[in-house]
Amino acid sequence: MDAWLSNPFVHGLVYGVVVVTALMTVTAWSIWFERKFAGRMQSRTGPTLVGPYGLLQPLADALKLLQKEDIVPKDADRVLFNVAPPLTVLFALGAAAVVPWGPEQIAADLDVGVLFILAMGGMVVFPVWIAGWASNNKYALLGGMRSVAQGISYEIPLVMAALVPVVLCGSMSVSDIVRFQLEHGWLIYSAPVVGFLAFLLFFLASLAEANRIPFDIPEAESELVAGVTTEYTGMKFGLFYLAEYLHTLVISAVASALFLGGWGGIGGLAPGLHWMVLKTLLLFGAIFWIRWTLLRFRADQLMTLCWKYLVPGGLALVMAAAAWVHWGAFAGTTATPAPAPAEQGAR
Amino acid sequence: MLETYLPMLFIFVIALTIGAVMFFGGQLIGPKNPTPEKMMPFECGNDSQGTAGVRLNVKFYLTAILFVVFDIEVVFIYPWAALFKSLGWTGFATMLAFIAALLIALAYCWKKGALEWES
Repeated sequence: MDAWLSNPFVHGLVYGVVVVTALMTVTAWSIWFERKFAGRMQSRTGPTLVGPYGLLQPLADALKLLQKEDIVPKDADRVLFNVAPPLTVLFALGAAAVVPWGPEQIAADLDVGVLFILAMGGMVVFPVWIAGWASNNKYALLGGMRSVAQGISYEIPLVMAALVPVVLCGSMSVSDIVRFQLEHGWLIYSAPVVGFLAFLLFFLASLAEANRIPFDIPEAESELVAGVTTEYTGMKFGLFYLAEYLHTLVISAVASALFLGGWGGIGGLAPGLHWMVLKTLLLFGAIFWIRWTLLRFRADQLMTLCWKYLVPGGLALVMAAAAWVHWGAFAGTTATPAPAPAEQGAR
Repeated sequence: MLETYLPMLFIFVIALTIGAVMFFGGQLIGPKNPTPEKMMPFECGNDSQGTAGVRLNVKFYLTAILFVVFDIEVVFIYPWAALFKSLGWTGFATMLAFIAALLIALAYCWKKGALEWES
């Protein structure tokens, strides 16, 4: 059985199917959760009719979207218009490949995992811009422009925030970073101020890149109809919607792996996988909480916040992390190298 | 070594398949009843005015250039970060100088007004 599982093709296929299925399922029911949560926050009940507690609502939503007419505007660029929605899902899911869900549950344990995550996150602006351009609609174009400006601006603080764990742990592999935290404590408190600020910066910049409130300028329904999704109907709109939630889920997982100790838990209460899932879902829930609590920034406030505060702040943070390593507690320590493949069973 | 990347390939293929299934599913099941009004660009119910190629603020272009400069510079820091612990004082001083140069560049852009979005 083990020999059969360690065949790279079988391993790849199994991990691919499991990771994608799990993420899609969680995403579908997170939409139910968000509606219920928002309802409770506003003294409503949220969905109640479809199934017990409205639990079948995501399925009903998907069925409804499937039955809607698929409209491509007359002057739109047909090919690009149709290519954009599946691409958003692809890039949103892509980064999940290198997230370590547990000590042995890593789909692809890359040496440059952090860089791969950032690259995938950066790619998300392409389909959004393609959609904005191909729609041949003023509002979609403006939404696409704003979305790209925001996405690439916040990419810089994001890259800087992700640099801090790399500096502190001396490795770009996500699983090495988690293993380092198991030894020295979660980065959010083991490098007191630096780790916490880096986590905040990473979280903020990720929110901005995933276009979540308070950074959802690209859709800004009060100004731009619906931004890039203005001309999309039925399941194509559904794909954009799905990709946004997938992206949010994946960045929660990445943030918990980089700063919150990944699969490390308190004592031996539960297997590592459970802790990782718990942390990811808590962060994911916190993003919903933020969404239903805060308002939206103005486009110019957003860019000012990024370039005038977060970029210089991020640079200072990187140097602070380097100084912490140079003089502080982690001096001379390096991340424990991954155990030899034979010890890890089916990898 | 290359087989490390296989799960990634499978995830890409599965993600694209899901996208394609949902996409073509919607096209198969949904009704097809195009009318000239439906095919027009959506502008809140009014007839479309002019072309979609509206003039855009030059700030977007500036932001793109700033992004190229700063993002590439920051990515240069990654190899240094991974090796930092074995570089000692030299590594620390070198990066201090590099980041100082980046901050000067940022200050220059700021002074020139490239970061102003209010006006």
